[in-house]
Amino acid sequence: MAVPSYATRGERIWHYVFLGLCGLIFLFLIGPLLIIIPLSFNAEPYFTFSDAMLRLDPAGYSLRWYEDFFTSSAWLNSIKNSFIIGIASTVLATVLGTIAALGLSNRHMPARGAIMALLISPMIVPLIISAAAMFFFFSKIHLAQTYLGVILAHTALGIPFVVITVTATLSSFDTTLIRAAHSLGANPTRTFFKVVLPLVTPGVVSGALFAFITSFDEVVVVLFISGPEQRTMPIQMWSGIREQISPTILAVATMLVILSMLLLTTLELLRRRSERLRGMTPG
Amino acid sequence: MSESPTAPLTTADGVPLKTSLRRAVRRSKLKAFLLVSPLLLFLVIAFVMPIFDMLWRSVDNPEVSSTLPRTVSALEGWDRESLPGEPAFAALVEDLRDGQAARNLGLLSSRLNYEKSGMRSAISRTGRRARNLEPPYREALIELNETWGELDTWKLIQREASPYTLSYYLAAVDRQLTPDGEIVKVPEHLEIHATLFWRTFWMSGVITLMTLLLGYPIAFLLANLPLRYSNLLMILVLLPFWTSLLVRTTTWIAILQSQGVLNDMMVAIGVIADEARWQMIHNKLGTIIAMTHILLPFMILPLYSVMKTIPPSYMRAARSLGGRPFLSFRRVYFPLTIPGIAAGGILVFILSIGYYITPALVGGQSGRFITNYIAYHMQTSLNWGLAAAIASILLFVVIVFYMVFNRLIGVDKVKLG
Repeated sequence: MAVPSYATRGERIWHYVFLGLCGLIFLFLIGPLLIIIPLSFNAEPYFTFSDAMLRLDPAGYSLRWYEDFFTSSAWLNSIKNSFIIGIASTVLATVLGTIAALGLSNRHMPARGAIMALLISPMIVPLIISAAAMFFFFSKIHLAQTYLGVILAHTALGIPFVVITVTATLSSFDTTLIRAAHSLGANPTRTFFKVVLPLVTPGVVSGALFAFITSFDEVVVVLFISGPEQRTMPIQMWSGIREQISPTILAVATMLVILSMLLLTTLELLRRRSERLRGMTPG
Repeated sequence: MSESPTAPLTTADGVPLKTSLRRAVRRSKLKAFLLVSPLLLFLVIAFVMPIFDMLWRSVDNPEVSSTLPRTVSALEGWDRESLPGEPAFAALVEDLRDGQAARNLGLLSSRLNYEKSGMRSAISRTGRRARNLEPPYREALIELNETWGELDTWKLIQREASPYTLSYYLAAVDRQLTPDGEIVKVPEHLEIHATLFWRTFWMSGVITLMTLLLGYPIAFLLANLPLRYSNLLMILVLLPFWTSLLVRTTTWIAILQSQGVLNDMMVAIGVIADEARWQMIHNKLGTIIAMTHILLPFMILPLYSVMKTIPPSYMRAARSLGGRPFLSFRRVYFPLTIPGIAAGGILVFILSIGYYITPALVGGQSGRFITNYIAYHMQTSLNWGLAAAIASILLFVVIVFYMVFNRLIGVDKVKLG
């Protein structure tokens, strides 16, 4: 994006104005996430910087909200629930989604477009509508207010992500490798585990991560179909924001921002690995 | 060595090649379908059936026909000009007695109360006393509660005897049926839903426009920087995308509220007085700011992937042919990005009209969306039929936009991250 040599002075000025504008937009994107990190160390129960914090006085900072979090049975229990529901629904969505993606990437798959549209629909239908529909239906078949109900609901919501990422990986998969494996004497099972799986694993893992984060971050459906026993962390945050606003939420938020940084890094590494495996240059 | 051209090609075991191929394709189709079927079955049970159940609930109308069967059949052939005769009143008393004994008058009374206020108390009071009423029932009922002496009450019972109703849909757009079956607007002080639908759409439009204005330069920058810089900057786009929605909403509360970071800063540097802090949250502005931030990555990513495919030589060619920078951009570059604008725009708009969490937390009274009323009717007013009808209308709108999106871009082209 260097300024070309033939640029007029006006263009040069515009170029720097443009870069400045972009800087401001990046600040808008990322600033809010960064600002809560120092706020979560506030010694006072406020959502803003105290004078002591601005003076960088150590007394203005404390870990009390983190302590609050790690000593609260409600928060810890909600984390446990989030992990139980998140892991169970991720496993289900990944297994079902990967198997289906294998079928979908088959050249002869009938009604591919329609089925794909159906499989993606949980991602497109607004969550509040899914939540209302699942609430009506799950109460009828006695799945509302159970772990199983929430897990099934979250599996449905996570499936589109798995299907999209795995079919994308498979679409660039070189099928002559399968034939090569067969011709070298491997049976279909061996071919799958030794040839197909290692190549599609990065796609499967990133699909699983998407499914997990979808469940881990999901509020609306849980809000409607879960009972008091299945309170997840987002529900705990939701009621925390609505009822008693305490900076414990900022501590949780900070930890979640760090979690998403880790996740993003993992995904980027997976992407590079997958490109390297397929002999593409990273970039 | 030449074969006769008319002889059909065969495989080694003598089967014509065409048949053999067809068989192989059929086997392959079946195998593909079998692989997809577990997921399909799961999704039908866990997602598609609930959605259809909800659509069904939005027109389902079992209350009158199941609780007042005798009354309904006694009203057959009624002239609708004057009050029905004694048999209808007697049938009503009998139905109410049974209903009271089975304790299922509650659903009936709230159902009829949606259509005509006063029905709830009329039914529950009459139900409690139905056991002690003596014939002639017509006089007894009218004396007990004058609602039974109104022609409209009986017209209503007759109309709602149908097992299906459109009245939830009418209520969802602030309309109602008169006793004579005409569609009229509800009284002005009861108008909520149409306003909210309208507000949801125009605010989503504003949010889409804002994301476009902010996302276009960023996508342009990312698409034109050398990869090593753009990969780094891409993280700044993806990090918010990956961060919990509640976290992003919380942080906007911390920034925008009247004792929040932004107001404190403005007071500290003297832009505003302490008493005149900006009200930036719990109103429309709060919803627009927070949702623009949350949905911005959904605009940037499709724009970026389109801009990435535009060769930079096009702009240089336009310039060398004498186009001024702005003209070259408007006539050459911009038209090429329109598919990206359409993809991002539709995506952001669809996501925005279905948002619930953010408007509920930062929207206050004036910045709420129609989704918040679905939740309200599900959890507070317990009018589930109405909740289902509003949700169905919203679903219809989303599906229309989704089909446009699918037509323009194709779902399998959706890329994540």
